[in-house]
Amino acid sequence: MSFPWANEYKPGNGLTQWLDEKLPLPRFVYNAVGAGYPVPRNLNYMWNFGVLAGFCLVLQIVTGVVLAMHYAANAGVAFDSVEHIMRDVNWGWMMRYAHANGASAFFVVVYLHIFRGFFYSSYKAPREMIWLLGVTIFLLMMATAFMGYVLPWGQMSFWGAKVITGLFGAIPLVGEPIQIWLLGGFAPDNAALNRFFSLHFLLPFVIAGVIILHIWALHIPGSSNPTGVEVKTESDTVPFHPYYTAKDGFGLGIFLLIYCAILFFAPNALGHPDNYIPANPLSTPAHIVPEWYFYPFYAILRAFTYDFFFIPAKLMGVLAMFGSILVWFFLPWLDTSPVRSGHYRPLFRKFFWFGLIPTMAVLFYCGGAPAAEPYVMISQVASIYYFAHFLIILPLVSSIEKPEPLPFSITEGVLGKDESAVLNAHPAAA
Amino acid sequence: MRVRGGSRQGISMADEASIDTLGVTGEGVRRRDFINIAAVSFAGVGGAAVILPLVSQMAPSADVLAQSSTEIDISAIQTGQAIKAVFRKQPVFIRNLKPEEIASADQVDATSLRDPQTLEERTKVGKTNWLITMGVCTHLGCVPLGAGEGEVKGEFGGYFCPCHGSHYDTAGRIRKGPAPKNLEVPEYSFISDTVVKIG
Ligand code: HEM
Ligand code: FES
Repeated sequence: MSFPWANEYKPGNGLTQWLDEKLPLPRFVYNAVGAGYPVPRNLNYMWNFGVLAGFCLVLQIVTGVVLAMHYAANAGVAFDSVEHIMRDVNWGWMMRYAHANGASAFFVVVYLHIFRGFFYSSYKAPREMIWLLGVTIFLLMMATAFMGYVLPWGQMSFWGAKVITGLFGAIPLVGEPIQIWLLGGFAPDNAALNRFFSLHFLLPFVIAGVIILHIWALHIPGSSNPTGVEVKTESDTVPFHPYYTAKDGFGLGIFLLIYCAILFFAPNALGHPDNYIPANPLSTPAHIVPEWYFYPFYAILRAFTYDFFFIPAKLMGVLAMFGSILVWFFLPWLDTSPVRSGHYRPLFRKFFWFGLIPTMAVLFYCGGAPAAEPYVMISQVASIYYFAHFLIILPLVSSIEKPEPLPFSITEGVLGKDESAVLNAHPAAA
Repeated sequence: MRVRGGSRQGISMADEASIDTLGVTGEGVRRRDFINIAAVSFAGVGGAAVILPLVSQMAPSADVLAQSSTEIDISAIQTGQAIKAVFRKQPVFIRNLKPEEIASADQVDATSLRDPQTLEERTKVGKTNWLITMGVCTHLGCVPLGAGEGEVKGEFGGYFCPCHGSHYDTAGRIRKGPAPKNLEVPEYSFISDTVVKIG
């Protein structure tokens, strides 16, 4: 791993020397995110979101552990214990708002991280494993956020739990027993609430484990970059520290400004007022929708209203919803163009900006809208395009497109072909 | 056999052969292989056996199952009215159908329906006016409207599920929308003319 010109770790004093022999943790950090990790010199701000996602996970774990000190996972008192956190616990309101909005921030960051991957085809060889682990993390995040949303035991919590476990009920024959098994009862109740709390506590640590694998896999080929051309010489890279620690630090500052603005000035803007009504198993809220970050997938679920040959509409919707994420797993093999970056792929770029992005926006909008016309019809068209984009358009574009000429190297891409500029910028490379 | 000393290179070909044939039975089976396979299989079966309690603990517990029958007094329900009761922590609709409602349910040709059933099949003999169903939409489990006073009853005068727009008729049968099945009729019996036992 890493490039031959990477700086080598040298313990500065007796203590770090001693530590380096017993447990070389400082050396590990130095090589992973320090001066010992050479990174392409041309990374833009789209490469900030990985670090930001890591920050969000830490934020959720810290605020979550604090909430768990005051929360009670019992259907009789869960709602009141959240109100107790909001009103009575010192700074409890802040911890809860930080956690609830932290989940939203986490998804914003991860979506941008994923769409960075779509545009620059970061999933292509040799980075397929990084991508597969990333999609796995996303699935785990969805499960974690769903179960977290059940914990306050408001109306949306309860009916969200019912509808989402109901999805499993669509599986032929075994569906209903599976749903009852998942809930530990015939409807969401104490058993479901308790197991969701247990798993909601556990899964973030599983996510942390998969993130370690994700970064391990990343450090074998190293980061890709906006040109998509692989690193060739030392002049193509700069050490992670101080260059990208500084750039990531700046990005973190901007992120925190936006996050805090929402946290302190509009903490309920992204939530649903219905969740401040205690769970009532006998009455469904008029308009049930999931949290905003599930809207596009919820729209796909509801788009299927007709039976498809022998597959009932209900099962079709469930398959399509899971399929819309599982299809990402196959991207490295669906997009066969040898060129990575969208900057050099004229046709791909058009379908990205005028096909995929508007489709996601439409699905997002329809997922939050009532299940009535014209939204159902619009979701149907958008769902078809969504799948066509990955399964038909991408492979076709890859085979007919004539890519624009690539720069010879990252350095040339950044500085142009001027030989003397190359040499002046990095005399060491000469 | 000689005590093995130093590195493997130090052992002659003859020694290797004698180690490999050590404890070999008449059929050519090594004793060590047997112990190896037996031990690993035993551990494997033990590991697999642990999965059973781990999986089964998630199923409904005894107290949840014990809530599985309810007796309800229906004497106060006037013709055309309905009540919501609770069975297994889920709503049950008990509806005293009007003669027009029974007639309109009987008018349709049951075989043309998504989930073909007649009102007679969904009620007890001689008590066709008592429509007892779960108040759980067969789509994704919302509680349909139509049992409470003044709630919308949908295009077919029965129940309407606001979640994704399923319409049920006066026999609780699915007529329009994404739900695949009629509202479930739970197991029940009339203990007397005014009391039903559900479950
Ligand atoms: C992947 C990271 C995580 C995500 C995406 C996440 C998401 C959520 C969400 C969406 C809620 C509901 C917020 C609300 O409306 O009240 C929630 C609640 C909760 N979470 Fe997390 N969470 C994460 C990590 C954790 C961890 C590590 C813990 C504990 C160790 C935790 C403990 C709790 C508790 C106790 C609640 C209930 C209190 C409340 O509703 O505010 N969470 N979580
Ligand atoms: S849950 Fe009733 S229509 Fe979907």
